[in-house]
Formats: sequence, structure tokens, C-alpha cells
Amino acid sequence: MTPKIELSGVRKSFGPNVVLDGIDLALAPGEVVTMIGASGSGKTTLLRCVNLLEPVDDGRILLDGTDIAAVGIDPNPVRRRIGIVFQSFNLFPHVSVERNVTLALTEVLGQPVAQAREAARALLGRLGLADKAGAYPDQLSGGQQQRTAIARALALNPEVLLLDEVTSALDPELVGEVLDVVRELRGSGITMLIATHEMGFAREISDRVCFLDGGAIVESGPPSQVFGTPSDPRTQQFLARVIASGRLDS
Amino acid sequence: MPRLVEAFWLDVRIFMWTTPCIVAGALLLAVARSTRAPALFPVRLAAIAYIDVMRGVPVILWIYLIGFGVPGLGMERPWNSPLLWGSVALGMTYSAYVAEVFRAGIESVHESQRAAARSLGLSGAQAMRFVILPQAVRRVVPPLMNDLVSLQKDVALVSLIGPIEILRQAGIDKAKFANFTPYVGAALVFLAVTIPLTRFADHLLARERVRTGGSRVR
Repeated sequence: MTPKIELSGVRKSFGPNVVLDGIDLALAPGEVVTMIGASGSGKTTLLRCVNLLEPVDDGRILLDGTDIAAVGIDPNPVRRRIGIVFQSFNLFPHVSVERNVTLALTEVLGQPVAQAREAARALLGRLGLADKAGAYPDQLSGGQQQRTAIARALALNPEVLLLDEVTSALDPELVGEVLDVVRELRGSGITMLIATHEMGFAREISDRVCFLDGGAIVESGPPSQVFGTPSDPRTQQFLARVIASGRLDS
Repeated sequence: MPRLVEAFWLDVRIFMWTTPCIVAGALLLAVARSTRAPALFPVRLAAIAYIDVMRGVPVILWIYLIGFGVPGLGMERPWNSPLLWGSVALGMTYSAYVAEVFRAGIESVHESQRAAARSLGLSGAQAMRFVILPQAVRRVVPPLMNDLVSLQKDVALVSLIGPIEILRQAGIDKAKFANFTPYVGAALVFLAVTIPLTRFADHLLARERVRTGGSRVR
């Protein structure tokens, strides 16, 4: 089966700083892959490259077998199929929660306002935000804001969802409600590539876990293997630090 | 005094018709200057050149240059009116100043907003229109009002090329009656308009903050 997303030899530098040093990664349709690794290991940059927010220096990114990182590809149709949720939400503060969700529907897909609003209400209801449709982002809690951002990303019915440390900016007691939403998405057939520092969550939700270090995937496998019997010394070190800091039960 | 108020009406009229032109022109210039596509480089360059040239010469000189210069090209009435071309000059220079205000607003909107908009499949132009500009414009309302208050006063400069607006009327009256009061009267008339205008802008901003924001920090 053709992978939904396939990265091969993806490289990216910012000046002399090599951020992605030859990434090879393929996700089957509906697969949930989590990337773990220290800050600066390249997780965020990789997600931004897949969404074409950052141009890659070298390598290919295939969506259903088509290279979307190639020169001359119009990024807009690609982005309709790949949603992204950011660490800091990046909601549009000047419009209501509902408008945050309908903007792409009316302006990108050209849906009539009534139809878009109906779709947005349904989606917000599903994410437990039915009563917040008329609110503005600044009036919501962090968890509600992040769920709104997920609703916004899901509005276009993307085939792939990229989650960039979606709980890192949240108070601890709000992390659960956002992770619940991601758990609920897991069975829906959407392909997910997740960067996270929530190790317990990564172990629970992933089909496969990748450990990134220095812009390369140094270890990859089912969660039980990567967390249970990591083979690469760098993975072992990283997990030892995480366990020592109390963020993962050994 | 009634004569002053009557003359002031001309100031108001010039202000009223130049303001929408200035805001529209300035928005266009600011957006043109903020484009990113490599193909639009000439557009960017033209906007930068226009803004630099208009801002680099004193307003009064532009009013002389355009207000006397264009009618001097031998056009027919009513196209040879110094009043018309004087206010066009005012509009053209103010567009350049206000464009820079808008551009500052556009650049103050965080890059992540653009990323969020583009990630949804919106084009660069759509991101500008629906996400960046609405936020940028809200943020620059205070400096924008500042410029409009300036404009309301600089309208008086058009008098220097002929039209009898309030400042000139005050000058005439002063000369006629050998009395300084008309200037004070003119100043009061200006204040009667500019102060409410400023307060109104404050009010709009406060309302906007209440609508979209959470609670205010002391």
C-alpha cells in the first residue's frame, strides 16, 4: 500500500545550523506516529516542512505518492489535505471561535456561510465547545483554545493531522482534555504525526514511536520497544532523564 | 466668528473627502509594500519609492508643487482649481505617512498568525485580508487617529495657495480689525473638532478591547 505520507532524505538547515539531517519516515493511512526527543531535535521543523510552512533544502515529501516538496507545487491544495495544530494555538484573536473554524470553509472551499456554520457547530459540539461558538479566543481557557485550534484544523476534513506539542503550553490540569480529543481522533482513520513531550501519552496512543536526536531519527518502533527496550544509547539516555524527572513511569 | 465657522466648513469638507482617499490609498500602499512573492518585487519597489519621495519633501512644498503646478499645465475649469489640487497634494502626502502606520501594524502581527492562516490553505492574499489586516488595523487606530488629527490641522496649509479657509479668513479678519482675536477663535474652532475626534477614537478602542479581550489588568 502506498504510504499516506513518506519523507525521504529530508534535510533542512537554518544558516549553519543543521536542523533536519536526512529524515526517512513513512506513515501508512490511519497510522499514528509520535516523535519524541529533546527540544531542538527537529520535531517542530519536521512538522512545519510537511505542512510546507518551511521549504526543505533537500529530499522528498510524498503525499499519496506525489512529491509535495517539489519546486512549482502549489502549497494551498496540499495544505487542505494536511492540517496542523500548533503548540501556541495561533487562533485568530479578532474573530469568534466559530469564525476561526469557518474561515477556511467559506474562503478556501467557498462553502455558503450557513453550511459552514452548521459544520463548525457540529465540530465544536464534538469537541465539547458547543457553548463557546460565539466566544472570542482570549475568553477561553488554554485547553478550550487548543481544542478550538484542533477544530479549526479538522474543519477541512484533512487526511493527515500534524500535532506540534499541542499540550506544552497548557496548565497540567488542562492537558487531559486535549489528549482526550486526540485519543478520540485515533480511530477515525486520520493519519497523525505527533510531536510530544507527554511520554505516557506517546506510549499509549502511538502505533509507532520515533526518537529524534540531532535532526535524525535514531530509533523507531512500536512504543513497547522504544520505551521498554531501547537499543540506541541516545534513546536510553533520553528516557533515563525523562524517568528521572518523573515524567514517565519506568 | 460666524465668518470663521463658515470658513472652517471648507476645512471640514477638504478633510472629509481626503480622509477616505488617504485611508484607502495608504492601505493599498502598505499592502503593496508588505507583499512577499518574488514576482511582485516591482510592486514593492514602486510602493517604497512613492512613500520615500512623498515623505521626503515637506507637505507644504508638495501643496505648492501640485496645487500650483498641475493647474499651471493649462487645464480647463474645473480641473484647474488650486483647491482641488491642493487637497490632492495633501491626500497624496498623507497616504504615504499613513501607509507607514499601516505597515507597522501589519508587521506587528506575529508571524504565527500568518502560518496558521496559510496552514489552512488560505493564499497569501487571503491571509492578509482575513487574518493580518483586520488585526493590524485595530492595532494602529491610535496612531492613525493621531495622523488624522494632524491632517485636520494641516488642511489649513491649503489656504496658502488660495482657498479661503479658516486660517486665511482669520488672517484677513486680523488685518481688517487690527485685532489678534480671530487667530484665537480659529484655534478654538480647531480644538472643538480635534478633541472630540480623539476621545471618540479612545472610546472605539476601549469598546473593542471589552468585546474581544478578557479582563483588564490594573
